[in-house]
Amino acid sequence: MTEQATTIEGERAGRRAPRFDWTFVVFALLALLLVVLVVSPLSRLVIESFTDPKDGGFTLQNFVDVFTRQRYLTAYWHTLQLAGVTVAMSVFMALPMAFAVSRTDTPGRGMMYFAVLGAFIIPPFLGAIGWILLAGPNAGWINRLWEGLTGYEDPLVNIFSMWGLAFVIALNVFPLIFIFATSAFDLISSEMEEAAAIHGAGPLRTTWLITLPLALPAVLGACMLVFLETIALYGTPALIAIPARFNVATTQLTTFFEYPARIELAMAFSVPLVLVTIVLLAIQRLMLRGGTVAVSGKGGAREPMKIGRWRWVLLGHGILVMLLAVVLPAVILVTTSFSVAWAKPFTFDNMTLQNFNEILFEQQTVRDAIWNTYKVAFSGATICTVLGFMIAYMVIRKMVPMASILAFLTVSPVAVPGIVLAICFYAAYAGPPLSMYGSSLLLIVAFVTRFLPIAFVSLSSGVRSMNPELEEAVRIHGGGRFRALTEVVAPVLKKNLLGVWILVFVICSRELSTAIFLSSHNNRVISILTLDLSEQGEYENLAAMGVLLLVITTAVVVVGMRFLGRDFMLRRN
Amino acid sequence: MTTLQLRGLTKAYSAFKAVDDLSLTLRDGEFLSLLGPSGCGKTTTLRMIAGFITPTAGTILLDGEEISSPSGVVPPERRQMSMIFQSYAIWPNMTVAQNVGFGLRMKKLPKDEIARQTAEVLRVVQLDHLAGRYPSELSGGQQQRVALARAVALQPKVMLLDEPLSNLDANLREDMRSEIKRMHTEFGITTVYVTHDQDEPLANLDVHLRASMEETFRAFHERTGATMVYVTHDQAEAMAISDRIAVINAGRIEQLDTPHRLYSRPTTRFAAEFIGRTNLLEGRRQSGRMVFDGFDVPSSGGADGALLASVRPQNLRLLPCRDGAVPSEPGMLFLPGRVTERIFLGERWDYGLTLTTGTGLRAAGPPEEDFATGSEVWIAVPEAAIIPVEDEPMREAAE
Repeated sequence: MTEQATTIEGERAGRRAPRFDWTFVVFALLALLLVVLVVSPLSRLVIESFTDPKDGGFTLQNFVDVFTRQRYLTAYWHTLQLAGVTVAMSVFMALPMAFAVSRTDTPGRGMMYFAVLGAFIIPPFLGAIGWILLAGPNAGWINRLWEGLTGYEDPLVNIFSMWGLAFVIALNVFPLIFIFATSAFDLISSEMEEAAAIHGAGPLRTTWLITLPLALPAVLGACMLVFLETIALYGTPALIAIPARFNVATTQLTTFFEYPARIELAMAFSVPLVLVTIVLLAIQRLMLRGGTVAVSGKGGAREPMKIGRWRWVLLGHGILVMLLAVVLPAVILVTTSFSVAWAKPFTFDNMTLQNFNEILFEQQTVRDAIWNTYKVAFSGATICTVLGFMIAYMVIRKMVPMASILAFLTVSPVAVPGIVLAICFYAAYAGPPLSMYGSSLLLIVAFVTRFLPIAFVSLSSGVRSMNPELEEAVRIHGGGRFRALTEVVAPVLKKNLLGVWILVFVICSRELSTAIFLSSHNNRVISILTLDLSEQGEYENLAAMGVLLLVITTAVVVVGMRFLGRDFMLRRN
Repeated sequence: MTTLQLRGLTKAYSAFKAVDDLSLTLRDGEFLSLLGPSGCGKTTTLRMIAGFITPTAGTILLDGEEISSPSGVVPPERRQMSMIFQSYAIWPNMTVAQNVGFGLRMKKLPKDEIARQTAEVLRVVQLDHLAGRYPSELSGGQQQRVALARAVALQPKVMLLDEPLSNLDANLREDMRSEIKRMHTEFGITTVYVTHDQDEPLANLDVHLRASMEETFRAFHERTGATMVYVTHDQAEAMAISDRIAVINAGRIEQLDTPHRLYSRPTTRFAAEFIGRTNLLEGRRQSGRMVFDGFDVPSSGGADGALLASVRPQNLRLLPCRDGAVPSEPGMLFLPGRVTERIFLGERWDYGLTLTTGTGLRAAGPPEEDFATGSEVWIAVPEAAIIPVEDEPMREAAE
């Protein structure tokens, strides 16, 4: 042993001179990558919107054009109305459920939880298709049922309207408010409620005067996120608003790409959307910061509030939301996917497997789209996780003095709606010299830019929770920085890494707004194909494709829940 | 032979100097403690020795070779040191054996050799039966021994210990019952504990475990002969364990000495107050005597002028004031005083006294010698116990 030690000492002594430090090289590479992913595309927004397309000079004319045309202003106005109504509807759906789950003895709380998860899993465009099949003015199931029951020919409900659109969107985004509200409710110490009770307030007044006000900052913050989600949404408006013949900001954006494409107008038109996003995100941040003070304190042991008969009201509300958001759209999609013709009754004669046969084996376009979707989602999730991990590590451990620049660049795409990001990438990389239009790589790059903030933020909190002494111990015992990363940090954070991967994989597999403008027939993904098939009225194949997407997503989420616990998808950040 | 030298070591964070021109030389195989209050720069010093922090000025030399300077730092992994961290930093994703064998694996030793050496080290710390366990399955004390084994397995030239006993009790609380059981079997102490205070057995246990850990460190030090640098703010710990102690305050070494000299001959006001409890007396040195308010004692030398002296409470003895006769004894000083307050601490009385001249003193008395508050007493002080804190007047003049 002594002999061996001596030889090894000799060996190590020779290597004692300072060696080249790779940290700065990695930093430079990451910075360069972020320039490609973030700086170059986003700077297009500013450059192009102020550029005269004819002579390339500086101009304000694009903004003048945008803000003087009545049609464009109407689109903004519609978007504002839509977002307002959607927020109101989502609050109505989510808040009672959140309250019931977090603070009361309402039965069926587990069921409500899965309703929220289900609504979260169903991609917005599939929910929209489901509701078109359910509540289309002529052939929709609800209206035909109504006609059959009453004999009236006027439709009972018409999904092709502003209210219909807001309703469908709300059914998809209400989980956001649920998540924020439950985590706020969970933090309020039940002692505060008990204090109100001991001073003479009944359960109703306690809720109204104590619980809800305490959760208000979190709920308002979530409302702003829903607002932003709605103004940035493209798929659902494209499926519903276009046939209903009213325009919103995002559908208006696509018209700039009709021949002749007017990128500079699209950019100028996008600027207000980006500004609104930045302002609301800033306000939301401030409010949550203030809010954490109000709802601080340990959750501690809490008694669920006994609310008597009201619990049946809350249960009924939960069941209704679950029916509308999950059960009805899912049932109609499944039956349609097995139907010869969706509008006919779902009888034995009308049943077939032909739709699945077609999308899986016969129709090349659908097969390619499915393959392409998962190729993009897999690559996007993997790149996001690896890159997010490296940047998070570098930033949190302050490995270089300027590391915070990386953090800023990484999260800045949060301020840009997906569809605007798509325009930026179109402007930056679609044409010469790179001519990436129509390639899967362009989609992957755009998706990575869009979802890197999620990976970064989540993994940052993971790295932050690790004691740096664990890494220092590696180094003092003879391992390098890279070894500390691969043998300790990554294995310790493996659950965080897997969780981020799954989350990004699921949202990549359904992303629509970032894919629009970057997709041609070569690199279509399922979400884009949905729009095409819907336009062609091929609802049976579309439903089959949707069911396939849902099955795969659900399987991935179930695997994730198995390894990572029930609520890994629904955590607040 | 390993020598570790710090020369003028400084670490400044903008205007604030965490470590200020610190120099010391560690002899081969020495056990040195850096002792000081929190924020004094001792951990920064240790982390500079380890290579995690680049100094703003000064150098660190290992066997005469420069390993740290403002212009460059040999990375921690190539310094042939090892470290026990405050949090133990045991890798939760590796088993006990993998943790302990890590450094050997980094040395690229053959697999069977790693296994052999790992097993040997684990046997010494009595963890061989837990080799396949993961850290989360271990108690606090076991985790600490894993950290110790991991650091020792490398046979490092220098071993660094960053307050390794500081979070012991927090970990112990988790596992109190099994620990008591374990301690019981390990040391064979017959323990019957009756108390109404549930925290009390924990506090007691802590002392036992600390003592055993200190012994273990000491034993390892003797076994491996590695140079050890130990950071702590617990002076009892430092005393028990070290060859020499560097008392650090505000980034500077106040005094570097053996534990006994540090206690019996403090050279600065800070060292005198920080190491043990003491009474500080202000006076003057005048023609070969130290003159204080109301009494004076012979001085062993030194220039005339203002003077600060220290006398430990343990060196004071109280005598009852019976008939007014002044007791006398060669080499002893008898001062009249009064008990102004007292606290019974179980092993001793802690008295607050006031001399007739108004000077306040604290004294420790054995439990059986009971003096009530307000009683008049003689305070007996051996003249030799009044120690000049030598450079204090000069320092004050300089400031």
